[in-house]
Amino acid sequence: MAYILNTSSDVREMLGSLGLTSLEQLFESIPSELRLKRSLSVPDAMSEMALTTHVSSLAARNQGVDRLPCFLGAGAYDHFIPAAVDLLASRSEFYTAYTPYQAEASQGTLQAIFEYQTLITQLTGMDVSNASLYDGGSAAAEAMLMAHALREGRDEILVAGSVHPEYRATLATYAANLPLKIRVVEPVAGRVTADQMAASLTDQTAAILVQQPNFFGQLEDLKALTAAAQARGALAIVSVDPISLGLLQRPGDLGADIVIAEGQSLGNILTYGGPYLGILACREAYLRKLPGRVVGQTTDRRGNRCWVLTLQTREQHIRREKATSNICTNQGLMALRASMYLALLGPQGLRDVAELSTRKAHYAAEQLAQIPGVSVAFPGPFFKEFTIRVEANARKVLDQVLAHGFHGGIAIGEWYPELADTILIAVTEKRTKEEIDGLVAAYRSALQSHSVHE
Amino acid sequence: MYKLDPTALLFETSRPGRRTDVLSPSDVPDRPLDSLIPSEFLATKPLPLPELGELDVVRHYTTLSTSNMSIDANFYPLGSCTMKYNPKRNERLAALPGLAHIHPYQQEPTIQGLLQLLYEVQEFLGEIAGLPAVSLQPAAGAQGELTALLVAAAYFRHKGEHRSKVLIPDSAHGTNPASAHLAGFETVTIKSNSEGLVDLEDFRAKLDDQTAVFMITNPNTVGIFDPQIGTISALLKERGALLYLDGANMNAILGIVRPGDMGVDLMHYNPHKTFSGPHGGGGPGAGPIAVRDFLAPFLPSPTITRLADGTHYALDHNRPLSIGRVRAFFGNVGVLVRAYCYIRSQGPDGLKAVSEHAVLNANYLKSLVDKVFTVPHGNNCMHEFVASARGMARDRGIRAMDIAKRLIDFNMHAPTVYFPLIVPEALMIEPTETESRQTLERFAEVLLQIAQEDPEMLHDAPHTTPISRPDEVAAARSPILKWNGAVPATSATSVKPGADHGSIHAQTLTVSR
Ligand SMILES: Cc1ncc(COP(=O)(O)O)c(C=O)c1O
Repeated sequence: MAYILNTSSDVREMLGSLGLTSLEQLFESIPSELRLKRSLSVPDAMSEMALTTHVSSLAARNQGVDRLPCFLGAGAYDHFIPAAVDLLASRSEFYTAYTPYQAEASQGTLQAIFEYQTLITQLTGMDVSNASLYDGGSAAAEAMLMAHALREGRDEILVAGSVHPEYRATLATYAANLPLKIRVVEPVAGRVTADQMAASLTDQTAAILVQQPNFFGQLEDLKALTAAAQARGALAIVSVDPISLGLLQRPGDLGADIVIAEGQSLGNILTYGGPYLGILACREAYLRKLPGRVVGQTTDRRGNRCWVLTLQTREQHIRREKATSNICTNQGLMALRASMYLALLGPQGLRDVAELSTRKAHYAAEQLAQIPGVSVAFPGPFFKEFTIRVEANARKVLDQVLAHGFHGGIAIGEWYPELADTILIAVTEKRTKEEIDGLVAAYRSALQSHSVHE
Repeated sequence: MYKLDPTALLFETSRPGRRTDVLSPSDVPDRPLDSLIPSEFLATKPLPLPELGELDVVRHYTTLSTSNMSIDANFYPLGSCTMKYNPKRNERLAALPGLAHIHPYQQEPTIQGLLQLLYEVQEFLGEIAGLPAVSLQPAAGAQGELTALLVAAAYFRHKGEHRSKVLIPDSAHGTNPASAHLAGFETVTIKSNSEGLVDLEDFRAKLDDQTAVFMITNPNTVGIFDPQIGTISALLKERGALLYLDGANMNAILGIVRPGDMGVDLMHYNPHKTFSGPHGGGGPGAGPIAVRDFLAPFLPSPTITRLADGTHYALDHNRPLSIGRVRAFFGNVGVLVRAYCYIRSQGPDGLKAVSEHAVLNANYLKSLVDKVFTVPHGNNCMHEFVASARGMARDRGIRAMDIAKRLIDFNMHAPTVYFPLIVPEALMIEPTETESRQTLERFAEVLLQIAQEDPEMLHDAPHTTPISRPDEVAAARSPILKWNGAVPATSATSVKPGADHGSIHAQTLTVSR
């Protein structure tokens, strides 16, 4: 039997010492009318060899970003991951440990989280970071709830329509039964201006949520947006792409009160959407409303510097329904990978990733725009992601581009019906000029085929 | 296991100009950067990140790993957390490029193998629960709780009923009331009786027309199966309320009894407990939920469907009554792939054996220690039991925490302590099915020895770890939550935490209360 060490004679003797003769008798406290009287209807056990063959064949039926060049983004990106991240994070002393409740037996994990918190504050320019949340979308929801608690009596959150649509959907779900309204400020030409935001803010606005670069890849005027919020006493929540901070101004230097991010691109594999990494950092003044675990530095009885989980009176296991969040299990291993990634790349390496992505994305946009029937959708500056408009059915174009061997972009009409002809394209440092030229050729050929115009 | 030298922080090892090269140079035509992005958007200063070489980073993390306890190295009987062995085959298979390197927005024809796998996970979880409709979206158990409560709220709203309360036993995990509050409900606490079960009188008295959901954990957090569940479910049904099961303890009942057959309407799983997902030093997990058919329309979107041809799979976004999303993207797929590998490795007989052996190991271990460590509730336990050090605390001043800390000296991780809240000086012990009888006997021997040891010595335990007990009060009083820029220390003892060394980064945080 898989993973059970006790032999049948162990079992017999153990049962005997309990005065029992069968395993069945261990379950006598369960009323027999409730018991399952048949075997579970799941497939029979597979050996490791058989399972390996089976799962490998399922995996072989997928065409991932390892097989076709990836120009997909929208919050999850195909950045390069150094080998050291994979190998260090697969040390089982890290990945088979639990949450570091017993500090003396968990200094490795605790120090690593303390370093993660520090790295996130260095990256974002904020004062404090927690130990991780689930993902960028739920981090946005936690930030919303945090702002709601910090601005008691205000019952509205203003969200830029240029924020990731799935983040906005997450906010709506979290707020559905709370006395909290979400109002969307619709973008104009792919951006939300400070004037628009100012015109929408009211005395009931607890916070605004904006994204930089935004969902369309465009750069927002962050400083003006945060100032507009604060002028009405609202908090500014900013969602960022952590890779962009290798190049762009930090949200902490532009007035953000709470910064959230999807940390996947910091050394975490794509794996179809998760496990990823929810980053949340804030100003020191908001610490008591911070959701999630936090590690602090202290000393032991011998005066050694050491680390512990701290400020736990915010958390569910102590505060129960009054906790700042319900989070318990978080994304510790993903935070560890993010730290390893940042430690390996350093300031120059992260800048290089950001700069290479920028250069390649701009080259791709320039080349694509030369195809008849393709134009760049929005005029503003962008980082590593941009939208194009195609004079054709966007989904069919993407099917054709795929047939040419490229994960060529994301049709965003499902989220923005008015942008049914628009495709979102991301370019990371991993894409070569050859791949970009290939993508351009694939689009050119797709747009020449009749089927995409039907 | 332990390195006794203190480990410098990454920031203290950093040297200006040191780096690791991993990237290729640009191969696209050169342009001035500010012709691509206007300079007002560009940072003017380099990021203050540490500068390290690859070997610095490798030594750093390798060293840190050696000051952790882990399942792979230690017995880890952390109650409620199901610290079972995490099979290596799952790690290898989850890392296959065809599963690991899939972008969440790939077109469906490129992910048919993955969708099939995830569809089968939905099917397996539905069958094991006896609840046919499954959402794989929630990211952990607590998010599963929240999601299920939002499903319940949407269901009542759809029926035009307003119900404001969620009933929760006082023995419940903290995430239960926290999730109920987040979902917009008022929480009502139900007492436990002297046997550690739901106090039916109190339950009856508090159940009313405002009750939306009762959240039960069964087996409960003291490790016993509450046989009143049938009655509880019938009482709820009479009132039109729903029964939720916190599935953290599924390891006790796989293939033995199904939540749906006990009258449960909704539940979450913790695949990172029951289905062997590694805990990662705090996460990741996953929190899939399973519900009855009549609640299916309200589940998060998307779910996976099998097409009429029986061989192709698609995401179903067309769910008009859905609560929407609780996160971006599909879910914690890496954790679900491991759960798939685990369930396929076990099969129906293996799953049942998991629970049989988990319950056998817990009862056997309990029988070895319960003469000395009283177990206040239940004669037979399920997959875990909760001992109380109350007597020892009263008579000899030995507290649950002392025992927990002393166990570490014997290379064993501590049980969960001070939970559930209804047991004073609680030591919650869950050995899991993957431990051998020899390990259980050794653990019992150590526990019994500790009970005889000098209380003074125990107050100072552990004695063999890289650090002794940390000053948690100081940590919370003036929190230091990031590196304060102190000059690299030559020995750990020379560092005065919290002291401002005058660097530009120096910052000691104070909490406003
Ligand atoms: C009984 C119980 N319920 C709920 C949870 C929450 O699950 P998670 O940590 O996956 O969010 C836990 C986990 O610690 C638990 O033990």
